[in-house]
Amino acid sequence: MTSLFSKWRIRGGVHAEERKTSTATQAIVTAFPLPKKLYIPLQQHVGKPAEPLIKVGEVVLKGQLLAHSQGIISAPVHAPSSGTILDVNDYPAPHPSALPIRMIVLETDGKDEWLQPPDIGDPFQLPPEDISLRVGAAGIVGLGGATFPTAVKLNMGRENHIDTLIINGAECEPYLSCDDRLMQERAESIIDGVRLMLHGMETHNAVVAIEDNKPQAFAAMTAAAMPYPSIKVMQIPTRYPMGWDRQLIRYVTGKEVPVGCRSSEIGVTIHNVGTAYAVHNAIRHGRPLVSRVVTVAGGAVQRPMNVEVPLGTLIADLFNFCYVSPEKTARIIMGGPMMGDSLPHISLPTVKATSGILALTQSELKDTDEQPCIRCASCVTVCPAGLRPLDMANNIRANQLDAAVDIGLKDCISCGCCSYICPSNIPLVHYFKYASGEVAARQQAQHKSEQTKRLMEARQTRLDRIAQQQREEEEARIAAKKERDRLKAEQEATV
Amino acid sequence: MMTHSKPSSGAHVGANRSVRQIMWQVMLALLPATVFGLWCFGWPAVFLFFITVTSAVLFEAFCIRLKGKAVKPVIMDGSALLTGWLLAMTLPPWGPWWLGVVGAGLAIVLGKQVYGGLGQNLFNPAMLARVALLISFPIEMTTWANVSPLFFTDSPNFADSLGITFSGLQNLDAYTGATTLGYIKTEFSQHRLLPDILKDYSAVLNFIGWTRGSLGETSTLLLGLGGFWLIRQNIIQWQIPVSLLMTVAVLASVFHLLDSDHYASPFLHLNSGAMFCVAFFIATDYVTSPNTTTGQLVFGAGCGLLIFVIRTWGSYPEGAGFAILLMNSATPLIDHYIRPRIYGRDRKGKPLEIPKP
Repeated sequence: MTSLFSKWRIRGGVHAEERKTSTATQAIVTAFPLPKKLYIPLQQHVGKPAEPLIKVGEVVLKGQLLAHSQGIISAPVHAPSSGTILDVNDYPAPHPSALPIRMIVLETDGKDEWLQPPDIGDPFQLPPEDISLRVGAAGIVGLGGATFPTAVKLNMGRENHIDTLIINGAECEPYLSCDDRLMQERAESIIDGVRLMLHGMETHNAVVAIEDNKPQAFAAMTAAAMPYPSIKVMQIPTRYPMGWDRQLIRYVTGKEVPVGCRSSEIGVTIHNVGTAYAVHNAIRHGRPLVSRVVTVAGGAVQRPMNVEVPLGTLIADLFNFCYVSPEKTARIIMGGPMMGDSLPHISLPTVKATSGILALTQSELKDTDEQPCIRCASCVTVCPAGLRPLDMANNIRANQLDAAVDIGLKDCISCGCCSYICPSNIPLVHYFKYASGEVAARQQAQHKSEQTKRLMEARQTRLDRIAQQQREEEEARIAAKKERDRLKAEQEATV
Repeated sequence: MMTHSKPSSGAHVGANRSVRQIMWQVMLALLPATVFGLWCFGWPAVFLFFITVTSAVLFEAFCIRLKGKAVKPVIMDGSALLTGWLLAMTLPPWGPWWLGVVGAGLAIVLGKQVYGGLGQNLFNPAMLARVALLISFPIEMTTWANVSPLFFTDSPNFADSLGITFSGLQNLDAYTGATTLGYIKTEFSQHRLLPDILKDYSAVLNFIGWTRGSLGETSTLLLGLGGFWLIRQNIIQWQIPVSLLMTVAVLASVFHLLDSDHYASPFLHLNSGAMFCVAFFIATDYVTSPNTTTGQLVFGAGCGLLIFVIRTWGSYPEGAGFAILLMNSATPLIDHYIRPRIYGRDRKGKPLEIPKP
């Protein structure tokens, strides 16, 4: 009975104004004019950056491998269109800092010519390991925003013998509707991708979870999944952050993922609908991940839409296409308005993680004039992780970072519910991100000083040991000399 | 070039509710009971109310000026206004002007600003001031005017009222009397029993608020409606009021059933504006109540218990102020021991164990 109760329990969360209709009601635009130049970062995923294997000046075809993955947790990068490699160098990253990271610059030739895909038979005849290999080789990462290499997750799923694959179609962030449209328009492909993933993980049970504010997507997916009894499509309540993997896992399976564990350890793996679609493209058509659907929305966008763009397209090109008014734009956000980061300018590329680019007007933004905390505890009520943001913020303000860690700083998922609800406009998530970074830096510094200390001590013991040895040798030498002298004296005495 | 503005992390959008809006909504919820109280007790009550509220704002402005900060934005958040308002509601309606000024000073300066201002205080400022006044000026604080509504012939006119507020009340007994709870307490000392004492008690008049009492605390009905609206508006949570009222109701029922001659019925306890005012408006103060819902239940129950104990066995007829202050001091303790469980961890903060298949 209690387990039944906890299964349907959703903890915390907010119901933010959705503002999805302007984009959710129109078809995905596929006629995006090919940009002249594409800027393709070598790191668009969690893990090690990819290593480029092309030279400047080389001519490449669409889908050709540009950089191969390095190490276990990494992903390769492919050419999003055909053309010539102009440069491999540091350019500003799509990150709030816009610090330079390594990118490949591709000048497109306008032909958009695909590399000849390999011959693909029936993928269900392939051994499951091959599915993971092909997904890995196609550069597929979690497209919900986490960008964890999908192949690694498929392998973990297979090794842990998971019993449920959850497909995350919650799309709980306001404004965003790329997954919604994808489900409405390409449901069969997504379901095919889900079947391929099931095959790759040797699992027989998948649940597609869709928030109940997307009835059309639910209908389309239900119809597409009809022939396959192993795939269940279910509606879940609309409540941010329903798409947080652990919240969704608890809602769908009733299980809670222990801190420090991966969900596969309790028999569940979760993938995004966009990822399932990318898997379908990679396995059925041999096409690596070179484009994605991006929501462009916000009050400053005159033509809001979902548009399929080649990866590496500059936000500036996107904004030109969607008629974004620079005067009205108060803030540019990559991702959704709850968890997304604001970008300093628009000469930055779209990457695999880019689910949306928002150009918000001042009136859409939350006030920034910070007032004292009145301890209303709304942040405690809405926190889906069960933290006490107000106490953590107090500790951080007093520079007591260890105290903040003690009460759960590391369990914060930066979902933004606390900042959203705070009547005093305190940028709580900002505090927590700062503190987490600071704690990591301090730990690193401490680690370094400990390392130095250890080296110093090792050197000291080495020196001591050498001195000891020398002393012992000296003593031995003196003893030997004495012995020699004594023997000599004895000989002389006998003679 | 498009501009970049802080902060870089989410949430970039927000719920449309600011501190100021919360304060104003609470005041809106207090408005019916306040207007009714002002009407019931006439011009002296009106004067005292405005003196108290104005002094609270002026004291706040003075403290902010001392701190060297801009006064206007702090005043505009409405918190000082609300504190003054709540304090005025708990004062005897015909109290002298200095009662309001001293009370407002105690509430704002000692109750709030010495701790560091909004959000930092340990005790509810209005209750702190009320209790300090009650201990320091017991006579003025327990002189309860008869109901004498504005524009009634028997009520004091504007000029008389100025006299009442500014130079004190002459011919005390003609205009004043005891509250229900006070009357019960005095009559017990005359060895009378409850059924006899309560011969003239009218539940309906108490429910509406047509009775002697604090300036804005007489009407159970209007305060209850205001509180209910606040819960509906999601400004306050139901936990504190419900657990407080339930605790009082349960305790009063038990004792009333055991000995109805000496223990008033739960209806008498609950049918009091003061009880509703405390349950919905005072105990629910964000700053001085616990953060978690469980903590709030404990806090409310504690308040209810103390109110009942002080009302029944204490030497004061009404114990809400003391009860709130005592529980305020327990709030940090409650928050320390009652915490939400973190996702993926047990109550002690250890990671959950992986369930064995």
